[in-house]
Amino acid sequence: MTLSTYIDYVILPILGLSLLLVFIRLLRGPNVVDRVIALDLLITIGVSVITVYSISTEKSTFIDVAMILALIAFLGTIAFAYYLEKRGRK
Amino acid sequence: MIAILIGILCTIGALAILIAAIGILRMPDFYLRLSVTVKAATLGGGLLLLCAAFYFPEEVSVTTKAVAIIFFLTLTAPVAAHLIARAAYFIGTEKWSGTVRDDLAGMYDKETHKLSSGKKDTENFM
Repeated sequence: MTLSTYIDYVILPILGLSLLLVFIRLLRGPNVVDRVIALDLLITIGVSVITVYSISTEKSTFIDVAMILALIAFLGTIAFAYYLEKRGRK
Repeated sequence: MIAILIGILCTIGALAILIAAIGILRMPDFYLRLSVTVKAATLGGGLLLLCAAFYFPEEVSVTTKAVAIIFFLTLTAPVAAHLIARAAYFIGTEKWSGTVRDDLAGMYDKETHKLSSGKKDTENFM
């Protein structure tokens, strides 16, 4: 069994199941902040999926996309926190 | 040999991410969810990126990028988690019914959002 098939048949389904579970929380989340951290976790898992996919297909260009996505996740969470605090303060 | 190492690291990372996903679904409270997910997801993502750094050894740029993403994740995930938890505390997210102690109760000024040390107040149990 090569590394590529192991990643395709074991690692990627585990990550896909994780994405599904986090997506349930994103839809159900009772508060806005629950949805914000679910979105943050979703993007972090997306970075992981891109990395594993680039190992599986041996195309190292996808790592660039993972880098930008990690940056956007951080900025998005910061922006959500800033505006939620401003909204409560009036 | 390197394939076995990459396989083991990938498995540990994917299981850590799965634990984070189960935690965000099953935990009863926003603060518990945050506390569970940030650490486990950072560990899992870091291990998977370490696999990429090991897998492309002849390309220095890929290893550099992977290490840069790991550094960035470990640097920014606690900052983002602290900021969103602070905002959630200000807008009054409800706590779990089993919470026994809240050290921040009464410490924050409602108007200016400044944190006081609480020396004047003697006991601040919930």
